[in-house]
Amino acid sequence: MDVLAMILVEPFARMAANPAFFVQVIWEGFVSGVLYALIALGFVLIFKASGVFNFAQGIMVVFAALTLVGLHEAGVPAWVAVALAVGVMYLLAVGIERVVLRPLVNQPDIILLMATIGLTRVLVGFGELLFGGEPKIMIANELGIPSGVWRIPLFDRVVIIKLIDLTAAIVAIAMVAGLGFFFSKTRIGRALRAVADDHQAALSVGISLEQIWVIVWFAAGIVALVTGIMWGARSDVSFALEIIALKALPVLILGGFTSIPGAIVGGLIIGIGEKVGEIYWGRLIGGGIESWLAYMIALVFLLFRPQGLFGEKIIERV
Amino acid sequence: MLYREAGQFKTTYAEDMAVFPIRQDRIGIAVILLVAYVGVPLFASSFALTSVLIPMLVLTLAAIGLNILTGYAGLISLGTGAFMGVGAYACFKLTTAFPEVNVLVWILASGFFAAAVGVVFGLPSLRIKGLYLAVATLAAQFFLQWCFVRIGWLTNYSSSGSIEAARRELFGIQITGPGASDVARYLCVLTLLVFLTWIASNIVHGRIGRKWMMVRDMDIAAELMGVRLLPTKLLAFAVSSYFCGVAGAMLLFFHYGSMESIAFNIDLSFQILFMIIIGGLGSLIGSYFGAAFIAALPIVIKFAPQLVGLELHSAHVDQATVMIVGALIIFFLIVEPHGLARLWQIGKQKLRVWPFPY
Repeated sequence: MDVLAMILVEPFARMAANPAFFVQVIWEGFVSGVLYALIALGFVLIFKASGVFNFAQGIMVVFAALTLVGLHEAGVPAWVAVALAVGVMYLLAVGIERVVLRPLVNQPDIILLMATIGLTRVLVGFGELLFGGEPKIMIANELGIPSGVWRIPLFDRVVIIKLIDLTAAIVAIAMVAGLGFFFSKTRIGRALRAVADDHQAALSVGISLEQIWVIVWFAAGIVALVTGIMWGARSDVSFALEIIALKALPVLILGGFTSIPGAIVGGLIIGIGEKVGEIYWGRLIGGGIESWLAYMIALVFLLFRPQGLFGEKIIERV
Repeated sequence: MLYREAGQFKTTYAEDMAVFPIRQDRIGIAVILLVAYVGVPLFASSFALTSVLIPMLVLTLAAIGLNILTGYAGLISLGTGAFMGVGAYACFKLTTAFPEVNVLVWILASGFFAAAVGVVFGLPSLRIKGLYLAVATLAAQFFLQWCFVRIGWLTNYSSSGSIEAARRELFGIQITGPGASDVARYLCVLTLLVFLTWIASNIVHGRIGRKWMMVRDMDIAAELMGVRLLPTKLLAFAVSSYFCGVAGAMLLFFHYGSMESIAFNIDLSFQILFMIIIGGLGSLIGSYFGAAFIAALPIVIKFAPQLVGLELHSAHVDQATVMIVGALIIFFLIVEPHGLARLWQIGKQKLRVWPFPY
C-alpha cells in the first residue's frame, strides 16, 4: 500500500501543495515541448513531401545554428549572417537532392533512412571540422531576442517566465501557421502534397520532383535554423543537441508522421509529460528518467494507436 | 582456372544445399582458419592483436547479431549497444556471483539475458514496423543505459560505476582480467566467434532463416502463407540480442577489461549498424567485411597521411573518420546496396568463369 500511495497519491499531494511550482513545471515542459515540436516539424515536412524519414534533421539544426554563430564570429553582422545561413541551408538542400536523393529514387524506406543516417555523420564530421567541437554561445542579443524574465505572482508565490521561452513559443506558433497556410493555399504547397500522395502520378501531371525536393529540404533547413536559434538561445550551441533532437522521434510517433498539428500536439504532450514525470515521479525510481520517458510514452502509445494521433491509417495490401 | 568446379558432382540434396558446395571454398575456409589460429598468434604484434583484431572480431559478432535482425528479418534496430550492455552486465554479475564456473560458460549464458530483454522490447514489433520500430528500439537504448547507471546492484555498488573483468583461467592459462596474454584472449575470441558464426549460419540457412526472409520481404504475404508473425519476429529479436549480448560480454572480458555504461551508448549502436550496411545486409560474410572495414578505417586514416609525410591533428583524424564513414554509407547505398559482400560474390563469380566474361 505504501508503494501505491507513493506512486498514486503523494505526487498529486505535492502538486496541490505548491500549485505555483506546478505551473512553473508545466511552463518549462511546454517550452521544451515547443522546441521538440519544431524539430519534429522539419521531419514532417520532408516525410510529407518525399516519404523520406530524415534522420539528419537534428544535425541540420546544429549545423544551421553553428553556421550562423560561426559567420558572426568571423565578423559578419548578425542579420547578414542569418541571410547567409539561409543561403547555406539552400545550398545544403540542393546538394542533398543531387548527391543523395536523386540516385536513391524508388528505394525502400529503410535504405533512405540509412542514407540520412550517413548524411548525419557527414554533417557531424564536416561541422566539427569547420567550427570545432566546443559549444558556442548563440548571438541572441544581436538578433534582438529579449533576455529578461517575467515574474508572475500566483498563489502567493512567483512563476518565472523567461522572455526567450515566450519568444520561442510565439515564433513556433507563427511558423506552424505559416507552414499550414503554405501547404494548403499555395501552388507549391499543393504540389508538395501531390508528390507526397503519389510520386509517379505527380510526375505525370508535370510536377518536377527534383524541384519539389529541393524546396522541401530548404524549408526544413529554414525550420532547422529557427529551431537552432531558439534552442541555442536557451542553452549553448553544441553537438550535444543532436542527441536531444532524437526526442523528436517519439513526438512524431505520438502525432503521426504526416501531420503538422500532430507534431505540435505530440511535442507538447512529450515535453510536459516528461517534465512532470521527472519532477513528480522521477525521484521514486532514482531520477534522470527524462532520458527515456518520452520513448516509453511513445512505445506504450504505439501499442494502442500505431498510426499516431493525427496520422493516416496505414492500410497494407499484398 | 583457380576456381574450376568441373567434376564436382552433387549426388544428394544435402550436398546440393551445403553452405560451401564448391571444394575450393572449403579449402579456402580451412586455410583462413589455419592462418587465424596458427599464423596470426605466431606473427601478429601485440598492437595488432589488442587494438585491431580483438575488437574487430568482437564487433563482428555484434554485427552478425544485428544482421540477423535487420538484414534477415528486416526489423531495424538502433538499440544494439544497449543489448550488448545487457550481456556485459549479466556476465559481470554471473562471474562475481558464481566464480567457480568457467567464464566461457557465463559469457555464452549472458547472451540469454540479452535475449530475454530483446524479446521484451521486440513485443511491439507485431503492430509496428520500419521507422516506428526504430523508435521502440531507441526506447530500449535509453532505458537500458539509464538502468546501467542508476541500478547500483548491477555494478555491485562500485563507486566508479564501472564493471571489471575478473581474472579467470581456462586449462590453467589465464584468459580474462588484467594480465591475461594477448594471444590467449585472441584465441578465446576467435573460437567463440567461429562457433557462434557456425550456429548463426545454420539458423539462417534453415527453416527459421527462410521464415525471417519471408517476413522481411513482405510480412503480410508471409502471414497469408502460414508464417506466424509474432513468434518469428520475436525469435529474430531473441537470437539477434543473444549474439549482441555475447559480443557485449566479450567486449568487456576480452577487450576493455573494465567498462562504464557510457561505452554502450547510441554511438556503438550506430557503429554496428554502419558495419552491416557497408558489409552487406542479410549476409554473414558481410558482417565480417563490415566490421573489418569500420575497425580498420580509423587506423588507416590515422597512419596513411604519415606515410606520405603529412601530420594530421588527432581531432582532425576523428572528424575525417566520421565524415568518411558517413560518405561511404551513402556511397554504398547508392552504388551497391548489398555492400562489400556483394562485391565479394561478384569477384568469386568472375573467378569461376575466368578467363571468359560469362
